[in-house]
Amino acid sequence: MNLNNMLLMRHELILTTVILILIIADIFTADKNKKSVNYIALGLFALHTVIGFIPLKTGTLFGGMFVTDPMVYGFKNILNTGVLLIILLAISWVNKKGLQNNKVGEFYILMFSSLLGMFFLISSRNFLMLYLSLELSTLPVTALAAYDIFNRKSSEAGIKLILSAAFSSGIFLFGISLLYAAGGSLYFSELEGHIGHSYLSIAGLIMFFAGLAFKISLVPFHFWTADVYEGAPTPVSNYLSVISKAAAVFILMISLFVTLKELKDIWIPVLYGISVLTMFTGNLFALRQKNLKRFLAFSSVAQAGFIMMGMLSADHLAASSVLYFISIYIFSNIGAFGVVQLVALAAGGKENIDDYNGLYRTNPMLSLVLMISLFSLAGIPPIAGFFGKFFLYTSAASKGFYVLVFIAVVNVTISLYYYLLVVRAAFLRKSENPIPYFKSDIFARIGLIIVVIALFLLGLYSPFYDYIDSVTKILNI
Amino acid sequence: MDILTLFVVVPVLTVFALMMSKGIKQHRVVALAGMAVQTLMSFNLLYRYLQERAAGNNAVMIFTKDIIWFKPMNIHYAIGVDGISVLMILLTSIIVLTGIFISWKVDDLPKEFFISLIVLASGVYGFFISVDLFTMFVFYEIAVIPMYLLIGIWGSGPREYAAMKLTLMLMGASALLLVGLLGVYFNSNADGGPLTFNIFQIAEVNIPESAQKIFFPFLFVGFAVIGALFPFHTWSPDGHASAPTAVSMLHAGVLMKLGGYGIFRVAMYVMPQGAHYWANFFMVLAVIGVFYGALAAIKQKDLKYINAYSSVSHLGLVLLALLMMNEIAWKGAMLQSLSHGFITALFFAMIGVIYGRTHTRIVTKMSGLLNVIPVAGALYVIAGLANLGLPGFSGFVAEMNIFVGAFQHADTFHRVITILAVSSIVVTAVYILRVVGMMLMGPTTPEFKNLPRISWYEKTGTFILVLFITLIGIFPFWWGNIISDSIIPFIQNLN
Repeated sequence: MNLNNMLLMRHELILTTVILILIIADIFTADKNKKSVNYIALGLFALHTVIGFIPLKTGTLFGGMFVTDPMVYGFKNILNTGVLLIILLAISWVNKKGLQNNKVGEFYILMFSSLLGMFFLISSRNFLMLYLSLELSTLPVTALAAYDIFNRKSSEAGIKLILSAAFSSGIFLFGISLLYAAGGSLYFSELEGHIGHSYLSIAGLIMFFAGLAFKISLVPFHFWTADVYEGAPTPVSNYLSVISKAAAVFILMISLFVTLKELKDIWIPVLYGISVLTMFTGNLFALRQKNLKRFLAFSSVAQAGFIMMGMLSADHLAASSVLYFISIYIFSNIGAFGVVQLVALAAGGKENIDDYNGLYRTNPMLSLVLMISLFSLAGIPPIAGFFGKFFLYTSAASKGFYVLVFIAVVNVTISLYYYLLVVRAAFLRKSENPIPYFKSDIFARIGLIIVVIALFLLGLYSPFYDYIDSVTKILNI
Repeated sequence: MDILTLFVVVPVLTVFALMMSKGIKQHRVVALAGMAVQTLMSFNLLYRYLQERAAGNNAVMIFTKDIIWFKPMNIHYAIGVDGISVLMILLTSIIVLTGIFISWKVDDLPKEFFISLIVLASGVYGFFISVDLFTMFVFYEIAVIPMYLLIGIWGSGPREYAAMKLTLMLMGASALLLVGLLGVYFNSNADGGPLTFNIFQIAEVNIPESAQKIFFPFLFVGFAVIGALFPFHTWSPDGHASAPTAVSMLHAGVLMKLGGYGIFRVAMYVMPQGAHYWANFFMVLAVIGVFYGALAAIKQKDLKYINAYSSVSHLGLVLLALLMMNEIAWKGAMLQSLSHGFITALFFAMIGVIYGRTHTRIVTKMSGLLNVIPVAGALYVIAGLANLGLPGFSGFVAEMNIFVGAFQHADTFHRVITILAVSSIVVTAVYILRVVGMMLMGPTTPEFKNLPRISWYEKTGTFILVLFITLIGIFPFWWGNIISDSIIPFIQNLN
């Protein structure tokens, strides 16, 4: 191993450097200057994101434990962009909350550490590595969920998250050990083709799947989702709902499509059932939510069900459509959570749908962003979410799962109802005391503008899909 | 930029211009200018289309253009028009233009109103020019979703309920459509070619009959919901009654025509065997719709409900004619789409004019309005007479063709259906004349003695509509020939 090889993990190296610089910067800034840590973090991370777009070579490190190829680093760039947007939207919030308890730096350090875990997670091609990176990505987030120390709900969210995460990683680890017993190796490449149909391997598969299903919040492993999203600070919920979910879906897809493809006949029916359950549960629970964060939590549960539907056909088309959908989903959800967070910050914690009555008349731009994001989640053209969903249906229909597609479109109609409830509050209703006009800081506005541009471009402008389609060809399905 | 894509681009540019403009005066001038350009373009399109045909261009679709959109799935942005889409585009542009005149005095959020209206229109234009199923579906949904805001914000009565009902039913329909589209797409390689969404390439493929039987109802019902097929018509009366005038006009005049157009262009064209298999079943539903709509209209007291049920009845005739599957009936169906578009828009415009003065739409509360607002009253009578099929107006020509076409089937089933449908005309006459008699004739209701006269913008809008209604009525063959030329390749594929 020489330095040249080490450059394969350039994303990770730079991010680690950023974290170290931040730790030092945080120590050496006086309490009254803590605000500047925000800008250091933002600047460094933006730089990191930009450098990430320089192409990397394809190759493996540590004897095949760690892999870099266009699909992996492309996806890392998407995650980077997502986190950058979350930070842009969060700066005003961190300034307010972080300055209260002198913890500005911690927010960024923890979030970047978790992101580092995600990077290793999607690069790992060894189950042990996978487990370690999963822990690295989860533990900092639990601390982040409890970041708002003056809020009891936030602490509760932290505890709930760590307990369910610990439980799921226990199951996950058990599943890995069973797979090791069945296949005799922890490397993806060596397991491929050597896992037969035995009770051992099937039990291993199920446990392994359950562990990741916690992360993706698939039914019946979704119970933590609503409580944690509601209690955790909104930027953290945002992070959990997009970045954490996206990375978990990515690695689940790789391991199912490539490593465990021999067990297709087992996991396809399982995914089918879970997809139906997840869509219905997420949608039906979302119908009755009054709190927007809980509402978005259930909506993101339902979206996970659609993703599982897209994975069913287990081929090249499935991989492209799932990655494409997730990339768009990241932007849509960041937009929706971002607006909720900005409104809650400006209007003193107003998070209920009824509080949004008449929002358009006082804050038209913010309402528009909210509507575009929600329409993207609902899948209304010409916004990108439509194209994402359409390709998921196409992927499922390509293998003849028409009944499932029908169930999914029924669910889309249900979901449209509750997304329209929020639009109704913001646009149709008038209110005695609406949320007054407020001006968000420049970073948040830049963030939301990027989200809106992305939501129109990613769908209508096809080269992005072509790019994803070309990188998923690497997968040996 | 080609002549057809401009029909989508100009509305988008108008929307951007509207965002920049300030104050209601600028808003409506910008909206009017944009849509006037659009109307001129649609006349130009008609002119150039006729020139092409006169020059001997016999292609099914002309002004075609095909750009690859999503290459891995062979999705194209493919456009082209034939005589029917040209006329539909003309209809749309005129109704949007008159709609803008009619909503001259929108005071609540005028900018947003015009933007939503024009976004809706751009979806409709896009739908009529597409020959690729994916493109078509995208435009269809773009046309549906602004309705939610238009009815929800500027509507009256139970507007939130009506808006939600309409949106969910139409989006539910588009969900069925989507399943149907995917079914067609994955069967489009039945003859060994590539998968495709292009309507004309799919039509050349022999989709297996079993697949046609499964997927035809998805496509048919998906389109027919927006064409108000019984029993999926329930969104339409509530939606129309709550919608503001211009939106009712656009919706009943244009948007509901997407249903018949889609069935003609897509469902029956790509799956002829499925169409034959299911025709009788849907024919029964269509004739129930025709009769039920007419009967329900008799019982209504609200002007908008009367007209909404009347639309259900008249568009039922379009579906019925399409299911008769012969050239004359189809010609009638297309003429009916066109003529009903103008007539119902005029109707809704007049209801808006009357409601704007009397502030009631309940027929029994008004009487003798013809003495007070003679021009508006006369226009209402014209709309009514055209609607009940008086010769000289467009409705007569269209319905005549439909019934002649329908009567060509000699078996008992078709005869019974046809006779039932024809007898609905009598019912139509009842509800139209009843309203005219109660509302316009007789002694004037005291509180309505001093109503303001019809204003210039209302006059301009409605006169344009009357002009077209009479043009179709007086020169039926000119319109009919444009339509028949374009129908022939489609009817040949079916039989």
